[in-house]
Amino acid sequence: MKRLLPFLVFMGLVGLFGFGIWWNTWHDARYVPSPLIGKPAPDFALPKLDAPGQTVTKASLLGKPYLLNVFASWCVACAEEHPVLMADARQLGIPLVGYDYKDEPDDARRWLREHGSPYDLVIADQPGRTAIDFGVYGAPESFLIDAKGVIRYKHIGPLTPEVIAKELLPAIAAAKREAP
Amino acid sequence: MTPELGQLALVLAFLLAVAQGVLPLIGAWRGNRALMAVARPAAAGQAVFVAMAFGILAWAFLRFDFSVQYVADNSNLALPWYYRIAAVWGAHEGSLLLWILILNLWTVALAALSHKLPEVFAARVLGVMGLVAIGFLAFIIFTSDPFGRLLPMPADGADLNPVLQDPGMTFHPPVLYMGYVGFSVAFAFSIAALLGGEVEQAWVRWARPWTNAAWGFLTLGIVAGSWWAYAELGWGGWWFWDPVENASFMPWLVGAALIHAQAITEKRGGLRAWTLLLSIFAFSLSLLGTFLVRSGVLTSVHAFASDPRRGVFILAFLAVVVGGSLLLYALRAPKVAGGKPFRVVSRETALLIGNLMLATAAAMVLLGTLFPLLGDALHLGRISVGPPYFGLLFPLLMLPVVLLLPFGPFLHWGNADGGVLKQVALRAGIAAAACAIVAAFFVHGQLKAVAGVAATVWVAVGVLLYALKRWRELPRGRRYPAEMAGMLLAHLGVAVFVTGVLLSESLSVTHDVRLAPGQSEAIAGYAYRFDGVHRVEGPNWRADQGVVTVLRDGRTVAVMHPQKRTYAREQVQTESAVDAGLFRDLYVALGEPMDANNVEGAWALRLYYKPFVRWIWGGGLLMMLGGFVCAGDRRFRIKRIAAESAAATGAIAPQESPA
Repeated sequence: MKRLLPFLVFMGLVGLFGFGIWWNTWHDARYVPSPLIGKPAPDFALPKLDAPGQTVTKASLLGKPYLLNVFASWCVACAEEHPVLMADARQLGIPLVGYDYKDEPDDARRWLREHGSPYDLVIADQPGRTAIDFGVYGAPESFLIDAKGVIRYKHIGPLTPEVIAKELLPAIAAAKREAP
Repeated sequence: MTPELGQLALVLAFLLAVAQGVLPLIGAWRGNRALMAVARPAAAGQAVFVAMAFGILAWAFLRFDFSVQYVADNSNLALPWYYRIAAVWGAHEGSLLLWILILNLWTVALAALSHKLPEVFAARVLGVMGLVAIGFLAFIIFTSDPFGRLLPMPADGADLNPVLQDPGMTFHPPVLYMGYVGFSVAFAFSIAALLGGEVEQAWVRWARPWTNAAWGFLTLGIVAGSWWAYAELGWGGWWFWDPVENASFMPWLVGAALIHAQAITEKRGGLRAWTLLLSIFAFSLSLLGTFLVRSGVLTSVHAFASDPRRGVFILAFLAVVVGGSLLLYALRAPKVAGGKPFRVVSRETALLIGNLMLATAAAMVLLGTLFPLLGDALHLGRISVGPPYFGLLFPLLMLPVVLLLPFGPFLHWGNADGGVLKQVALRAGIAAAACAIVAAFFVHGQLKAVAGVAATVWVAVGVLLYALKRWRELPRGRRYPAEMAGMLLAHLGVAVFVTGVLLSESLSVTHDVRLAPGQSEAIAGYAYRFDGVHRVEGPNWRADQGVVTVLRDGRTVAVMHPQKRTYAREQVQTESAVDAGLFRDLYVALGEPMDANNVEGAWALRLYYKPFVRWIWGGGLLMMLGGFVCAGDRRFRIKRIAAESAAATGAIAPQESPA
C-alpha cells in the first residue's frame, strides 16, 4: 500500500489538471477578478488625444462618476464594441472617457474621425505604462470609477447591450446613490 | 527544400520511435536478440530524421519562407540571422521540435555508450527512451505542426517576441531542455530496472554521470534564465517564483536529491527504492513543467499561447508515462530495505536529511505553483500565493541543508566518529561567528545580511577544511579525483550562492526618481548623473537611449546606456544598463519621459545599487561546474562487464519478500 502512495497522489494531480483544462474551456479565462475593484483607481496623468499639451489627471476627473473605456485603433474587438457605445453612451448618464491604449495618436484620431466618437474626452496612453497600473488585460476594457475615484466595476472585452443593461447600468445607479 | 519534407521526416521519425519503443522491450521480455538489436539503429535513424526536420525549419527561417505559418508568426525581414535561428525555438511548435531533437541527442549518446551494459538491460533502457519519443512526436504531429502553410503568403512576417531577442535568451531554452530531457536517462534506467526486477549497484554507478550532467545543464539553464530576467526585464529581480520558473526549479531540487541518493545506492546498496522513485520524479517533474507551460492551465508572465486540445493531449501523455511508471514502481520496487546498515551518526543520515529537505522543498514549490488551480477546484477563487509563501518556506527548508553541509563529507559511511563533527562545528562555528560580528558593523545590524555572512562562512570553511584534510592525509594524485573535486566545487557554489542571495536581498538600494538632464541622484556613495536621452537605431528596432554617468568621489566609475526599444510591431522592450562588478552591480532602467513630447527633457528612471548580486549566478555556475566535473570521473567509466559485476559483491538479487 505504501508503494502505491506516489501513484495515488499523482492520480489526484491528474484529476486536478483535468479539472483545470475543463474549467478553462467552460469559463472565460479572461475572467480574472480585478483586485482593483473597491480600491481607489491608480493615479494617472495622461495627455489628451486631441490636445497632447494638456494633461488629464485622476484628480481632475474627481467629483462625478465616469466610465473609462480602453480602446485602440488596432483593436478588432473595439470596432465591434464601437457601434454599441455610439448608440448607448448617452443612456449611461455619466461621462464616457476614452482611454486610447498603445496606439499611434494619428491612427486613433483618424479612427475616431471615420467612425465617430462616443467619448466626452479621450486620453492617450501610448506607452501603455499607466495601463499596467490599471491592470489592463487588453482592449477593450471598461472601468466604472465613482466620484471619489474608486473603481466600482470592471468589464473585460466588448460592452454589449446586454452587459450594459444587466451589469453596467445597475453599477452606475449604485455608484450614483452612494456618491451623487 | 520544401516544408512538407519536414512533415514527412517527422512522420518517419515517429515510425522509427515506435520501432525503438516497442520491439526492443518485446525482445528483452522474450529473450529475442534480433528484436533487441533494433534499438540502436532505430534510435540513430530517428535522430537523423528529427535533425532533418529541425534543419528544414531553420532553413525556412533563414530564407524568409513566410508561406510557413510558424515562420511568418515569429520572424520578419528585419530580424538578424542569429535571432532567426533562435526563432526556431521561439514559440510552441519549434520549441517542441527542439525538445525532441535533444531527446534524440541523449538517446544517441546513450546508444553509443551503453555497449558495456548487459544487452537486455540496454535494450530496455533504449526502449523506454523510444516510448518517451513516441509521445512527443505524436504530440507535435497531431497538435503542433510547425510546418503548416499560410496561404496567401504574406510579404513580411510578424516578429519574434522581442523579449526573446537577447543573447541570453537564445541559448537559455536549449540548455534548459538539455537538463530536462537529460533526466530521461535516469528515468529510463529506473524503468528498465523495474521491468527487469533487479537494481544492480553497477548500473546505478553507470547512471550517475548522466544524472550529474543533466543536472549541470539544468543548473546552467536556470542560471541563464535568471540572469536574463535580471538584465532584461528592468525590475532588478533575479527570481520571481513564476510558474514557469518553478517548473524548472522542481526538477532541479529533485535532481539534486537524486544525485545524493544515487551515491548512497551505488556505494552502500541502500535506498534503492527511493533512488528509483526520485529518478521517476525528476523526469516526471520535467514533463509536468512542459505540461504547465504548454497547456495554459496556469497563467504566467511567460504566457505561451494555450490550446485546450494540446492540454488534453499532454495530460493524457503525462498520465500514461508518470502514472504507468508509478504503478510499475508500486508493483515491482524492491520490497526490502537492502544495503549495509548504518548508525544515526553517519554519512547516510546526513544525506537522507538533505534528501528529505530537497524533496519537501520540491513538493512545497509544486503546491504553491498549483495553488491557483486548487483555489478554483475548491471554489475559493483564483488565488496566487506568490513570493511571500515561497520566500518564507524555502529558506526554512534549506536551513538544515546549509547547516549539515559542512559535516557530510567528514562523516564516514555507516558509522561515523562524533568527535570529528565537534571539531568541524567548532572551527566553522567560530569562523562564522567572528565574520558575522565584523559584518554586523558594516551592514548596520541588517539581520539578513549578517545571517548571510555567517551561513556562507560556515559552509565555505566546512568545505575548505575537508579539502585541507584530504590534502594532508592522502598522497598526491589521489587527493582530488574528479568526483571529489566536483563535490567540493558544487558545495562551495552553495556558499557563494547563499552570500549572493542574502546580501543582495538585504543591502540593495532602489530609487525611483525623476531626473532632468544634468541632475544627479546619490545612492550608496555613488552619484548617478542623468545626461539626457537620444535616439538610436538597431537592425529591427529604434530606441530612446539614456546616458547615465556614475561617479564616485568625483571620478567616473561607469557610463551607462539604458534603452527603451520599440520593435517592428510596436512592442516596447526595456534594455536595462548594468555595470557589473564582483562586489556590486550598478543598474539603471529607463522609465518614461515626464512629457511625452519632449524626450530631451526629464525622465523617470529606476536606479539600483545591488551588492553581491553576481554571486548568485557565480554560485550557480560553480554548482553546474561541480555537476559536470563529477560526471567526468573515470570511476564511472571503468569497464564493468555484466558477467563480472553479477558475480561481484555489488550485485543484489531481486528482492522478493513474502510480506
